[in-house]
Amino acid sequence: MSDILTITDLTKTYASGLKALKPINLAIRRGEIFALLGPNGAGKTTLISIICGIVTPSAGSVVADGHDIQADYRNARMKIGLVPQELTSDRWETVWNTVRFSRGLYGRAPNPAFLERVLRDLSLWDKRNDQLQTLSGGMKRRVMIAKALSHEPMILFLDEPSAGVDVELRRDMWALVRRLRDSGVTIILTTHYIEEAEEMADRIGVINKGELILVEEKKALLSKLGRKQLTLHLQAPLAALPEGLGAWRLALRDGGQTIDYDFDANARDTGVAALLRRLDELGIPFTDINTQQSSLEDIFVSLVQGGKEARP
Amino acid sequence: MSAPRFNAHGVWAIYRFEVSRALRTIWQSLATPVITTALYFVVFGSAIGSRMGEVDGVSYGAFIVPGLIMLTLFTESIFNAAFGIYFPKFTGTIYEVLSAPVSSFEIVLAYVGAAATKSVVLGLVILATASLFVPIHIAHPLAMIAFLVLISATFCLFGFIIGICSNNFEQMQVVPMLVVTPLTFLGGAFYSISMLPPAWQTVAYFNPVVYLISGFRWTFFGQGDVPVVTSLVATLAFFFICLGVVAWIFRTGYRLKN
Repeated sequence: MSDILTITDLTKTYASGLKALKPINLAIRRGEIFALLGPNGAGKTTLISIICGIVTPSAGSVVADGHDIQADYRNARMKIGLVPQELTSDRWETVWNTVRFSRGLYGRAPNPAFLERVLRDLSLWDKRNDQLQTLSGGMKRRVMIAKALSHEPMILFLDEPSAGVDVELRRDMWALVRRLRDSGVTIILTTHYIEEAEEMADRIGVINKGELILVEEKKALLSKLGRKQLTLHLQAPLAALPEGLGAWRLALRDGGQTIDYDFDANARDTGVAALLRRLDELGIPFTDINTQQSSLEDIFVSLVQGGKEARP
Repeated sequence: MSAPRFNAHGVWAIYRFEVSRALRTIWQSLATPVITTALYFVVFGSAIGSRMGEVDGVSYGAFIVPGLIMLTLFTESIFNAAFGIYFPKFTGTIYEVLSAPVSSFEIVLAYVGAAATKSVVLGLVILATASLFVPIHIAHPLAMIAFLVLISATFCLFGFIIGICSNNFEQMQVVPMLVVTPLTFLGGAFYSISMLPPAWQTVAYFNPVVYLISGFRWTFFGQGDVPVVTSLVATLAFFFICLGVVAWIFRTGYRLKN
């Protein structure tokens, strides 16, 4: 799969001296959904803003579908659509007028049929003559997406698309994003909802303090950094872990009623079978057993806190 | 699809957006200058003007028409253009213009063009209103339109700069209220500079507004306080200074980009 967006040694230092981005190098593949995760102030919005032309980079380059965003900004920007984090709109304009404005702004000839399709896809067609100030927050979010799609971009940035959106609309939006990806649009989204990235992304990047600390296939990331935990609920509480269990990384909790065992899910020998045998040998019966795998959220928290391994 | 060298659709989109914004408040926009002009004629034209003789061979009522048009044109041009660029900054919608494939020139052309259109229309409305009170003969109608457009565009550029530099709505009012309006009153809007004592005449010639009003008045009566060429040069100089500042703002991203 070829790259549609190439970021090379991109840095940003604001006039205040704040280093928002340390040298960032990143390639986004054509047709993928890439999720950029990071805590508040990590540099996600700065990175997107530079690519879209809203913020001037301090150094480095960005090439969008073969066009440098500075030297050939017209062609580069025509390829890019942006749904910003903030719901910014002219409250007195109608849905139709604001979407038509966006298409014209990006140098595209009027195409009412295309705009109608976009509005219908986003369930906005019935609202086309309504002023933006009369719409709900979720509807305004859809309008922002319609504006970003109005000029038929090949790369779509979604900056926190689900912020302030209810569960139903979020699910609708995910479906829409998948449809867009299926139609050939490359999607780059930033999100606080790890569930969103876990649900949709093909690849995940984690940015923290202006530094891209990880870029990985989602499946590989979950597999590589994912840890599992085995929980045993004991029949009778233990005062302390017996010495005979020292070979396993165990933790006793709930007043000695529960044993937790952290293990590497990808290891050839997880040690689970041996542990269960050993408990039987030691005469420690248990009433229940369950396992759980670390989520992307666990991995994310672990990464941004500087840990190397995720804990379940 | 390759991007065009000139984004005509983009310019038209901004222009139409701005004009339709003005049309939403068209009656307020027109009513204010019409009422103000009518009041000026009641006060200066009838109450005071009837006691005055001719100024430079022109009845006082007719003499103040170009100055009255300029008075409104200056403030309206500044405010329209300042508001046009400040409002998207205020609401955050400026992100869309900054991230679109439109050049600095195209952005200025669209915003200033829309604001200047409104100003020219206002100027013509004031002229029509004035004609209800005094007979008006325009000696150089084409030159009058040219001056109207050039001065509107110049003050719209000036307003565009003010809009970019302003941090709140109050700041946008400061220059028109505290600088432009006094300079207009002192710039011969209601009198000829030749009516001032010699020392004040010298002071008056340091007021750039004198040259603009004089040039515009020349298009009506064929005479002004300074030669029309001097007025034209002064107006063009102000235009290009404003254009230079706007170009610098876009080149550096001052108050527009981080």
